[in-house]
Amino acid sequence: MTAMQGVFLFTAGLILWAAFMMVTRQNLVHAAFYLILALFGVSIIFVLLDAGFLAVVQVLVYIGAISIIMIFAVMLTRGDVIEEAPVNKNYGWALVLAALFAFGLIILIGQWPAVASLAGEIDTSRDLAAELGVALVSPEGFVIPFEVASVLLLAALVGALMVARPQKKGK
Amino acid sequence: MSFWSNPILVANEWLTGLLADLLPEAWATLISTIIGVVVVSSFGLILVIFLIWLERKVAARFQDRIGPNRAGPYGLLQTIADIVKLLTKEDSIPEKADKLTFNLAPIVSMIAVLLIWAVIPFAPGWIGTDLNVGVLYIAAVGSFGILSILMAGWASNNKYALLGAFRAVAQLISYEVPMLLTLLVPVLLARSMGMMTVVETQSTWFIALAPVAGIIFLVSSIAEVGRTPFDLIEAESEIVAGYHTEYTGMKFGLFFAAEFLHAFTVGVLFAILYLGGWRGPGAEQYPILGVVYLMAKSSIGYFIVMWVRSTLPRIRIDHMLDLNWKVLTPVSLALLITTAVLDKLFAETALRVPALLAGNLVVLVLSWALLRMMSRKARRERQVFKKRPEARAVQP
Repeated sequence: MTAMQGVFLFTAGLILWAAFMMVTRQNLVHAAFYLILALFGVSIIFVLLDAGFLAVVQVLVYIGAISIIMIFAVMLTRGDVIEEAPVNKNYGWALVLAALFAFGLIILIGQWPAVASLAGEIDTSRDLAAELGVALVSPEGFVIPFEVASVLLLAALVGALMVARPQKKGK
Repeated sequence: MSFWSNPILVANEWLTGLLADLLPEAWATLISTIIGVVVVSSFGLILVIFLIWLERKVAARFQDRIGPNRAGPYGLLQTIADIVKLLTKEDSIPEKADKLTFNLAPIVSMIAVLLIWAVIPFAPGWIGTDLNVGVLYIAAVGSFGILSILMAGWASNNKYALLGAFRAVAQLISYEVPMLLTLLVPVLLARSMGMMTVVETQSTWFIALAPVAGIIFLVSSIAEVGRTPFDLIEAESEIVAGYHTEYTGMKFGLFFAAEFLHAFTVGVLFAILYLGGWRGPGAEQYPILGVVYLMAKSSIGYFIVMWVRSTLPRIRIDHMLDLNWKVLTPVSLALLITTAVLDKLFAETALRVPALLAGNLVVLVLSWALLRMMSRKARRERQVFKKRPEARAVQP
């Protein structure tokens, strides 16, 4: 076992444990902390795959944004929720559905031929972040999905502004 | 290469040679990496001891006092005495606190600052890890700082601590926007997100190409550290001490030290992104000079931070948000677009520096004029004459 495999196994175990703890915690804020741990583990996996840009974006987007979600978790739930949190009675059905979905995914991915074969070495001498940037804005690359996504985000921004805008007096 | 011109490289070669004889190569690399991490973070932690003394001395001068002058020459040992005091204090944890999160928060807050030092280029070849996305990395690890404040505020189980944490998240996330936008300006000018490349391409310091962006970066970074005038997160007249109300002894000390180190790190980042980092006469031949230059340039930014801290009073929370969303964010967006267009138009020509400088000044003048117009309009709206109720004698 090489050092890389050791780090991978440790991180994978950490992610799975954190994800399990996250869905079983009754305290929402604790669940959010475990979610952060799981997402941080994913960014370590990205680093192991030599995908530094994705690792940094993972931390920036998820861990940065989760602080806001946690504020909502604190503000929208009762303070004494820890002792007797409400339990959704349909969790049995959810469990069955989730198990079916997971098995389906495992079977589907298992049939995919790329799973069994080893990935080729990544050429680390190239500046992959720069190539990603060029691909996002070049007409041969992904310029249309990129622009559509930015229009969507702009629409969301404008919509949020309109909702939050104070009504003028006399209307 | 002699030891005194490049001590880190020589020490590293000696150590790797020593380890290579004793251990397999993978382990030798691992151990020398860990030693590197310990050296860089110890440098930061020891720097804090000096910074606290420096800040107290400088703040005292601004207030026409002498400052610490009893322990050691010029009071240099004052911070050591303070640390001993903090260590001997009782370590109290509130009964209803969330123990694990409560104890983890100060550690995370210190880690968040130390992580930035991993991508700081001290001198040619002296960098923890030259990530090709270094600038983005700085923004990313900043979110751990926000997280630590939220952890502290929530785990303390104290109303004031939680209020402080809410304020902190509102402020830090808001000011991340102009900070990120002004971080992008040096990236545009250097054509790279790697910290080393940003320094190497600054044959003209970027402060000359983007002065307004540099100032906005410094202002939003001060807000990001949460120092006066942006210290609403620990406003003692309103919310006791904010998120660290319940912390005692060295746990409070860790928050305190993290804030001081972060303030100096802001100066370092300002020096790297806008003042040319380690660049200076002879820095290429003698890397040790690069460290001296970087520290000297960082002191400029740090001095401005201290200067602002001892001069301005705390601003109101609505003013804080207004300044960010109505002034800094639009101006930095305009600057980003101007820089992108002008830098593309005048790339590789002699006009690059004057054109970018002129573009910055135009944006500055336009936004100033716009602000004056809006403030005059707002004043006119406020001055609509209303008849005041008068006091009259009541007829029986």
